[in-house]
Amino acid sequence: MRDVSLRVNKGEFAFLTGHSGSGKSTTMRLIHMSDRPSSGEINVDGYSSDHITQRDLWKVRRLVGMVFQDFRLLPGRTALENVAFALEVTGTPRKAIPARANLLLAQVGFAPKTDALVEQLSGGERQRVAIARALANEPDILLADEPTGNLDDQATSEILDLFWDINANGMAVLMATHDLELIGRHPNARVIELDQGRLVSDSNIMRSGTH
Amino acid sequence: MYAIREAAAAFRRAPILTALSAGMVGLALYVVGLFSLATYNLRIALEAIEERVEIVVYIRDNTRQSEIDLFLTEIMDFQEVSNTKLISKMDALERAQRDLPEFGQLFLDSEVNPLPQSIEIALNPGNRTPETIAKVVKAAQSYTFVEDALYGEEWVDRLFALRKIGLATTTAAGAAFAMVAALIIGAALRIAVFARREEIYVMRLVGARNGFIRSPFLLEGALAGLTGGILASGLTYGSYRGVSTYMLDVAWIPFSWVGIGLTAGLLFGTISSAVAIHRHLKKV
Repeated sequence: MRDVSLRVNKGEFAFLTGHSGSGKSTTMRLIHMSDRPSSGEINVDGYSSDHITQRDLWKVRRLVGMVFQDFRLLPGRTALENVAFALEVTGTPRKAIPARANLLLAQVGFAPKTDALVEQLSGGERQRVAIARALANEPDILLADEPTGNLDDQATSEILDLFWDINANGMAVLMATHDLELIGRHPNARVIELDQGRLVSDSNIMRSGTH
Repeated sequence: MYAIREAAAAFRRAPILTALSAGMVGLALYVVGLFSLATYNLRIALEAIEERVEIVVYIRDNTRQSEIDLFLTEIMDFQEVSNTKLISKMDALERAQRDLPEFGQLFLDSEVNPLPQSIEIALNPGNRTPETIAKVVKAAQSYTFVEDALYGEEWVDRLFALRKIGLATTTAAGAAFAMVAALIIGAALRIAVFARREEIYVMRLVGARNGFIRSPFLLEGALAGLTGGILASGLTYGSYRGVSTYMLDVAWIPFSWVGIGLTAGLLFGTISSAVAIHRHLKKV
């Protein structure tokens, strides 16, 4: 990444687009602080990559929910257990976990198969479970790295609707995708384009005419 | 509570892996246990030989009893001396006749007893070193009525040289086996960490604290180490019984050594686990 200056505001919905290798996933990892910039700064709700210690990284990660193209759910566990695991390891009281996990799954439109193993679920269903898990900490922003890459058209459409619903409740959504047709179906969203690690266009800047 | 539940869950999910970890730890510590058993018995054998180390002071004939009594009092003032025993000329002859039949025949009808009276000086355990012996011998020789003071100088020097070699060998080999045990425990726990890499990844993804991620692994490591220690103690005891019954009579190691072994297993397990999880967390 080089010379990229980017700000995602609270409650914003933005697409991050570009060819393979343009830097979409790297941007996501930098915001999640899974990677640290060699120069420059990442700031998430006041937590700066320049100052935060390894010990305090969990604070950033609870502000940033993340989903992936390959879901990254725990195999051999049910949908409910996957969400419950995220709640448990982030300190939710044990007694409150089942109800909260069921509520999160219901929020993402996944209710009937909570006891099904993730291996028994379709791609769209797995992605809903992954989104429910990402929402466990009520983050300020949801990062979605090519979340529809493995889904058919109908599932893709349903997941996008779900992201808009989540965004309508005040959570910022930043979704990485190389699918320009999909982006075209959502004209109200901000579109940020990267190419070879550089920011080449930002619809917000084009609209306002300022940096 | 989470750490205990997860450590128990890890055992339920992968009982073979957990058993293998504990088994590897157990075998590594078993070698240390066997070594301890051998070291302890070697020590006992050396101590038994050392108990026989004594100084014999030969007294000139016609020495007055008051001089001998003074000598006995003064020699007992040495902290290193535990006991003295006066062997009269008659006692010496009786002993010679009993131990050496030819000697008895030679002086059976003789009225002349050629053997001198002597004093046997025993030293306290831990003070049977060549230096201490030399010090007491020198003090004894300063008395004019002492004809000679002997202690088997060459034999004692060899015994202590053997003891030094034994101590150095046991220390070096014990440390080497302990390191091998630590490496094996570390390898076993790295496998355990690797087997749960997906969970660790998700924990970091959703913002679990590092201490929270580490705690079940530390507990698992401690349990694997302790279980391995118990297994090693059992195997060592079985070997001890086997050797005692079918080969030679050996002594069982003190229970404090078993305690040290179990504590070492627990510490090895915890530390190796801490290193393994620390390395893994640095990578993901």
